[in-house]
Amino acid sequence: MAEPGRESVSYAPAGEFDDMELSHPKTFLGKYIWSQDAKVIAIQYGITAMAIGVVALVLSILMRLQLGFPGTFALIDPGSYLQYVTMHGMIMVVYLLTALFLGGFGNYLIPLMCGARDMAFPYLNMLSYWFYLVAVLILVASFFVPGGASGAGWTLYPPQAISPGTPGIDGGILLMFISLMVFIAGFTMGGLNYIVTVLQARARGMTLMRMPLTIWGIFMATVMALLAFPALLVAVLMMLFDMLLGTSFFMPAMLTLGEQSGHEGGSPLLYQHLFWFFGHPEVYIVALPAFGIVSDILATHARKNIFGYRMMVWAIIIIAVLSFVVWAHHMFVSGMNPYFGFLFATTTLIIAVPTAIKVYNWVLTLWRGNIRMTVPMLFAIGFIFTFVNGGLSGLYLGNVTVDVPLADTYFVVGHFHMVMAVAPVLVVFGAIYHWYPKMTGRMLNDTLGKIHFWITFLGSYAIFYPMHFLGFAGVPRRYYAYGETGYIAESAQALNAFMSVAAIIVALTQLLFFFNLVWSYYRGRESGPNPWQATTLEWQTEHTPPRHGNFGETLPVVYRWAYDFSVPGAKQDYLPQNMPPEAVEYEDGGRGGGSAASPDEVRP
Amino acid sequence: MVDTGSRDTSAPEGMQGFVADWSAERRVFNVPWGKAMMWLFILSDIFIFACFLVGYMVLRMSTVEPWPDASEVFALTVGGQSIPLLLIAIMTFILISSSGTMALAVKYGYEKNRGMTTVLLLLTALLGTLFVGMQAFEWYILINDGVRPWGNPWGAAQFGAVFFLITGFHGTHVTIGVIFILIMAVKVMRGSLDSQRPGFLTGRKGRYEMVETLGLYWHFVDLVWVFIFAFFYLW
Repeated sequence: MAEPGRESVSYAPAGEFDDMELSHPKTFLGKYIWSQDAKVIAIQYGITAMAIGVVALVLSILMRLQLGFPGTFALIDPGSYLQYVTMHGMIMVVYLLTALFLGGFGNYLIPLMCGARDMAFPYLNMLSYWFYLVAVLILVASFFVPGGASGAGWTLYPPQAISPGTPGIDGGILLMFISLMVFIAGFTMGGLNYIVTVLQARARGMTLMRMPLTIWGIFMATVMALLAFPALLVAVLMMLFDMLLGTSFFMPAMLTLGEQSGHEGGSPLLYQHLFWFFGHPEVYIVALPAFGIVSDILATHARKNIFGYRMMVWAIIIIAVLSFVVWAHHMFVSGMNPYFGFLFATTTLIIAVPTAIKVYNWVLTLWRGNIRMTVPMLFAIGFIFTFVNGGLSGLYLGNVTVDVPLADTYFVVGHFHMVMAVAPVLVVFGAIYHWYPKMTGRMLNDTLGKIHFWITFLGSYAIFYPMHFLGFAGVPRRYYAYGETGYIAESAQALNAFMSVAAIIVALTQLLFFFNLVWSYYRGRESGPNPWQATTLEWQTEHTPPRHGNFGETLPVVYRWAYDFSVPGAKQDYLPQNMPPEAVEYEDGGRGGGSAASPDEVRP
Repeated sequence: MVDTGSRDTSAPEGMQGFVADWSAERRVFNVPWGKAMMWLFILSDIFIFACFLVGYMVLRMSTVEPWPDASEVFALTVGGQSIPLLLIAIMTFILISSSGTMALAVKYGYEKNRGMTTVLLLLTALLGTLFVGMQAFEWYILINDGVRPWGNPWGAAQFGAVFFLITGFHGTHVTIGVIFILIMAVKVMRGSLDSQRPGFLTGRKGRYEMVETLGLYWHFVDLVWVFIFAFFYLW
């Protein structure tokens, strides 16, 4: 059987690929535990990520308890406070957000939205999840080894990360290194899958410029992750050698607790460069899928095509490329050559251009749209607010002269929590409310969802907005307690207490969300196949939730882009991607006609 | 089965061809998925080795101690005469030759010549093993000379650290390659690729493109060695 050439017009029967090899398990174990079905793997990823996310949430509450009410809680000592900081950061960034967006939503949505039966390599995909699970378990185990988890800060800067005096140097940091390496190995397996599937397994008619922006975001984020994680792997491996073999990659000669360290000539700055060569793209690895998902939610619930689709795609690509040349803006005060600072400040501020294009396009998508204030829509609009706020404070930190006084203060904490913690998490929630009906066949409860949104959205402003003021007042980050610090006003403490109370309320509200997830699974309203009247392929499946192989007998054929909402003249206010031109009904009674060959032509 | 040989001759060339490939409605690369995946994996792996080599350069340039002279350290004494880089030259020759045998194995694979493919794969594995063996011998000499990850008799402590880390990481790649080549040789020998027998773990059908995909990895490992050789032994 000959595979069609690229330019050929004949296709293999039913649009199937010879390369696509599905496993057809018969047993319960094969179907739901050792599953090679991307949808099951996605849910496994999602549940694991949320479970470990809850751990990180609890850690953040413990931190807030200490900061809001210092000295009240005996179980929090300075060492364990640093451990909470470290583990909270690492878990949230890598094990929750990266895994949930790429492993969770990536696995669920890529095959369905591209019109494929499954991921390109189902077995590797399964292995990816089990590696991830092992990485999570190793990380959790570090809480229980002697000395506890690492307290080095999520950036794990040497020399302090592996020097005496830092909590967790007995075993915690070792397990952290191992866990990260296992995670990277597992992620690479998954990531190769996502990219090959997007590039090679799309349904007939699904050109790259017809793909939903969700897929574009996840796709580019995966490409970035495959190129950024190697730097982390190398950095972690070298530090592991410094720790276990006594090499001096990163460790300079120094006295620590009155003893010679035994190292000499290493470069701590090299670690920082390697780490941030990973660390900055990581920010966009989390952000790009959020950008993509939010675009689709906005278009669907505003019943309007996304504004400037092509520019949105190019903005994603430009952001992905630029994010590899900005890393040293995390290092303005590290002692690197100051000329670097100028260079990296310039590239950093250039990123504001494609990002601003995206924000304008989101707002213009909403403009004069037929907005339905559904729960996913609320979260998507909330995202625009928090993202703009976080982005603006990024302009302060991107400039060297402004960054120097603000570095290592709460301003930085406020900035990145707004832009890469709250904003993507709001999208995670929005996406779950949006796609839960497809995953389970039932709607999430609307009232609970709205309560969840308002408390989470306003609450996170109550938590993170005051941090900017604390930062301007010079309150340093990562401190266990401030004691008799002369220059910090006493009112800062009142603000801290307020933030802690807000944090506790927001954290408890998440219980409502989890309750909603479980309750709606059994008692939720039946959703039907396409409750939001969306156009993308995952809503057009034969069964809800989609069964093994996704699309039943034949694969869909795509005739149009993903944003044919409110097409002028058409009776239905949305045209699914797989609706042939001749099936479209028009208000004047006509049928068929205008073929939607390219996004340009279907633009109203 | 995908016939990678028959390309649509009417497809546009050059930049236009590139655009046509990427904006087409179906697969971007007209190759089996396994091959596309290997390209991507290699891209990712390039970044790992690049980080190692850049790290090595930074350390070498920033150290205040003298860096040991490679042509003296890696010299081999033959018949009372010290010949610089002798062992490493032989190792490089062997590894590059193994790329040649691998390429031939791919060729015979596509011709469905089971015998020759098996022999050439086994030869490649043998050359790879030889390389790793000689690397072990080199490590043995250096360790005998007093080189340790944390120090050496001639200068900067980072010399040993970088040497063991980078050559070790590359040697691991070669070793993994040898193991997979042996597995592939067995598959070819018993005809699993002709009969499209599913793999033991992955369950993917056997096809001769797999030999080429594995070959890509092997060539990559050889190419990386050229860079390590240039930056570490010749600098």
